[in-house]
Amino acid sequence: MPPETLIEVKNLSFSYGSRSILKGVSMTMSRGKVVAIMGGSGSGKTTLLRLIGGTVTPSAGYVKFDNHVVHELNRDALFKLRRKMGMLFQFGALFTDLSVFDNVAFQMREHTDLPESMIRDLVLMKLNAVGLRGAHHLMPGELSGGMARRVALARSIALDPTLIMYDEPFTGLDPISLSVIGSLIRRLTDALGTTAIVVTHDVQESLKIVDYVYFIADGVIAAEGTPKEVSQTVKPFVHQFVHGEIDGPVPFHYPAVAYHSDLQLEDRLA
Amino acid sequence: MLKRIISGIRGIGHRVIDSTWRLGYAARFFILVLLKSTTSLRRFGLVIRELYFTGVLSLIIILVSGLFVGMVLGLQGYETLQKFGSESAVGTLVALSLVRELGPVVAALLFASRAGSAITAEIGLMKATEQLSAMGMMAVDPVARVVAPRFWAGVISMPFLAAMFSVMGVFGGYLVTVVFIGVDEGLFWSQMQNNVDFRIDIANGVIKSFFFGIAVAAIAVFEGYDAPPTAEGVSGATTRTVVTSSLAILGLDFILTAFMFRGIS
Ligand SMILES: Nc1ncnc2c1ncn2[C@@H]1O[C@H](COP(=O)(O)OP(=O)(O)O)[C@@H](O)[C@H]1O
Ligand SMILES: [Mg+2]
Repeated sequence: MPPETLIEVKNLSFSYGSRSILKGVSMTMSRGKVVAIMGGSGSGKTTLLRLIGGTVTPSAGYVKFDNHVVHELNRDALFKLRRKMGMLFQFGALFTDLSVFDNVAFQMREHTDLPESMIRDLVLMKLNAVGLRGAHHLMPGELSGGMARRVALARSIALDPTLIMYDEPFTGLDPISLSVIGSLIRRLTDALGTTAIVVTHDVQESLKIVDYVYFIADGVIAAEGTPKEVSQTVKPFVHQFVHGEIDGPVPFHYPAVAYHSDLQLEDRLA
Repeated sequence: MLKRIISGIRGIGHRVIDSTWRLGYAARFFILVLLKSTTSLRRFGLVIRELYFTGVLSLIIILVSGLFVGMVLGLQGYETLQKFGSESAVGTLVALSLVRELGPVVAALLFASRAGSAITAEIGLMKATEQLSAMGMMAVDPVARVVAPRFWAGVISMPFLAAMFSVMGVFGGYLVTVVFIGVDEGLFWSQMQNNVDFRIDIANGVIKSFFFGIAVAAIAVFEGYDAPPTAEGVSGATTRTVVTSSLAILGLDFILTAFMFRGIS
């Protein structure tokens, strides 16, 4: 794979039991780019992130990260690889029994032998980058949703990862926090020279900050392109998604038998 | 009719298979926790921190209950023994009941409902809010980092709590019989000293509480780790921890007692 490619996903398939979630997904992500993955709820976006992180194993195809096929690594190599990945979980997933400071310091303490004074400096730097240096002594329960998301962001960049994965970072945020998170994602990616994957429903916010977009539907890539291509597309699915139309290729009605036969009109008329 | 019977039998079989499968799964998890305990031993601070939450926070309820149980034992024992004119043996009665049975058993039951349920709820909640997944993605094993320290804290604190319970109980018995009723103080203590054997009574009591500690802690961490990651899932798991560990304590108590005190006249 070319040197600027960080992640190559090839024909990736995955199923939970007999239910297949992904059916042959292929994508490439270049270093230093912000890539968005969009799709309806339950379309397998989080699952795709899990596959990249190697917490689940594909039934076919592979994910190649930095020239390693993720699911073929042994446990130690996989854990080593995961240190190059940061992940921001949907609701932050901060450790509720640790303070903001200790949350950000967590990986440094677990994975490095840095002296406590240096950890302190690093943690404060990371917190400063998300604007929350002054909140380092608070507990997660004392933070607002937007602040918790920012702390989680600081925690995910603690070890200067090569890749940061954001799982629906905008969900449940007010408009101000939402723009703050959006611009932080872009700024941190550029400043740290990392690569970012943003899983999101928030079309308008994410089109402002990303370099490339993939749409997942029915377990395959339904469409892809740059934000400009995507917002001008005439593909019905993408058009429906981007503009939030109620009916279209994604139907309003859950599959059902014909309406008139459900109401037993024939029987009554007969 | 026949159909109903068949489906009934099938239902029973299904449940048996399910619970057997779950038991095997729990046993595997237990072994996994033991194998991954090296982190807890190397970084004992992790266990100390949990000792505070499981042990110290259960202390108050254990001490107060111990006092009351001892007082009741003193009253009841005195009532009965004085009919035979042997009220001086009340100290022995109180002490033996406590160190052999009530100390380990009641302390373990209280521990299961105070600390065991808290452990289950905490781990279950960490799972439901994706904290455990997040830890895994940070290349830190949640079984080693979260589950094992809580397990060992439970195992370590149980014998101490049971001992505290017995001490408070003896004190409660002393209060009621010697201070309030007026049994001779010298007889109360000397009878107790003569009749309570260190190896047979006290050591066996400690061994019991050690096993109870393992059972409660193992059930609590398993239920938490296995809980469905939803609000109902966690609350159901918390209830199961209390019910299952209470049954386990009483069942184990019978087995251990049968082994320990059989043939002692
Ligand atoms: N652990 C699991 N076991 C079984 N099914 C699951 C599990 N996790 C997710 N699923 C199912 O897989 C589908 C895709 O899930 P997910 O990747 O979380 O979707 P998204 O993040 O796009 O909303 C969903 O329908 C979900 O119900
Ligand atoms: Mg998701």
